[in-house]
Amino acid sequence: MQFTKLPMSAGVGFKPVHYSDLASPGAVTWLEVHAENYMVEGGPRRAMLAELSERFAISAHGVGLSIGGEGRLDPRHIQMLKTLMDWLTPAQFSEHLAWSSHGGAYYNDLLPLPYTKTTLETVCSHINEVQDALGRQMLLENPSSYLFFKESTFTETEFLSEVAHRTGCGMLLDINNVFISATNLCQSAEEYLDAYPLELVGEIHLAGYHEEEIESGILLIDSHSAEVSDPVWALYHRTIGQIGPRPTLIEWDNDVPDFATLEQEAARANAVLQAKAAA
Amino acid sequence: MSRQSDFARAVVDADTPYPDVLSAPVGSSVLRRFNVYRNNVTVSLVESLTEAFPVIAKLVGDAFFAAMAREFILEHPPTSPIMALYGDAFPAWLSRFSPVSNLPYLGEVAQIEQARREAYHSSDQTPFDPALLAGLTPDQLGNLRFGIHPSVRILGTTYPALAIWARNSNEVPLVDAPVGPVLITRPFWSLQMCAAPHGTIQTLEALSGGSKLGDALPETSTAPKILAALFSSGALIERTHAND
Repeated sequence: MQFTKLPMSAGVGFKPVHYSDLASPGAVTWLEVHAENYMVEGGPRRAMLAELSERFAISAHGVGLSIGGEGRLDPRHIQMLKTLMDWLTPAQFSEHLAWSSHGGAYYNDLLPLPYTKTTLETVCSHINEVQDALGRQMLLENPSSYLFFKESTFTETEFLSEVAHRTGCGMLLDINNVFISATNLCQSAEEYLDAYPLELVGEIHLAGYHEEEIESGILLIDSHSAEVSDPVWALYHRTIGQIGPRPTLIEWDNDVPDFATLEQEAARANAVLQAKAAA
Repeated sequence: MSRQSDFARAVVDADTPYPDVLSAPVGSSVLRRFNVYRNNVTVSLVESLTEAFPVIAKLVGDAFFAAMAREFILEHPPTSPIMALYGDAFPAWLSRFSPVSNLPYLGEVAQIEQARREAYHSSDQTPFDPALLAGLTPDQLGNLRFGIHPSVRILGTTYPALAIWARNSNEVPLVDAPVGPVLITRPFWSLQMCAAPHGTIQTLEALSGGSKLGDALPETSTAPKILAALFSSGALIERTHAND
């Protein structure tokens, strides 16, 4: 079966350890995978994904394009992504407003960029290149932030809106990242969401963070290693109330729990989505 | 130097100051926040090496492994976002890393771990079914040519690396494996490993070069054992015009 759209319900990040839990349908209605994990020639991992893609809509989430990188995108990586997308034909593709490669090295983390006219042009040209190569729209995810760049001349929401306007890309709204950044940078998450291009949201991410004490209070670390926190659920309610149901992902990548725990989180998101759909 | 070069250097090297283009809310330390990135990068790469080389980590202990991995990462950072095979340079690096020179077998054990990862992610192909050979005369058998299954990895060992690997891994029961070639395959969805007879490496090389089976096998009493090892591990595939 070919799924051309993600359903307006909850999905989870797929982990091979949960493969057998997905044998029968439950609260989880779609799956997201990190594209780079499947850029291998064959083997059980790809076979599992191929089988799941017959039963679930799949969202391919890139972590390695380095959209926010200063230099050119790696043409080999774009080609591998295209090969994967042609094989998997996922319902959606998304990437991050961040960089992860520089000078031939890959850092395995999403690193931040300043928001200036120069970086705006680079990011837009990279997104155009990806959308042209893949022949489809991509969604761009907002980062979790710990610092400011002194040279930034746009706010993040202005920057994202302008990127979407210039490239036609959609938005992946990570509400956990919104809350983390707002807390870490002493800003308001609600004001961020009021300024964010909500009408372009094609997918929402919810995840858990980890708290560290620092001299000025609390620093939130985007760890994807815990349940979604209450303030993030509250922001999620608020957002769905404004824009209506959207495909919603429970992201849990580290200290991965048993599938029942993920399913409870998915069911909680489904309850919010169904309440809005019925209203 | 570009902005991102400065940022990247400071992320991997704690002695390089963070770029002065960064700022934090009033009263809060930029360094403490910049260290989040330093920690994410190093910890995630150390974790991926620990997952890739669990037996080496068990042999040297997690704390020593993490310290060693940090040195490796500085010399050999990933060069691609595809982490499934990151660490291919680790076995050879380990063989030269002087703090573990008292454990000279580590490099070969690490080679086994890396070969298992490569075989796991290699392309899928149906191995040759030896039942198809029933009824052939020895001459007819000797005239056949075979291809090599894409998952095949064969390592020559000079230490009992397979036995050390097996005793320290949860994957397989204890095997009493002699020093010699280690054959790793993934004929279907599971990895297989065996201690292969001496001469197996040369036989695979000859078959891969297009030799007939009769010419590829040594003229010694180990020939049937080599043949049995290759067939039972699914190391051979039908030879098509494409790989002629």
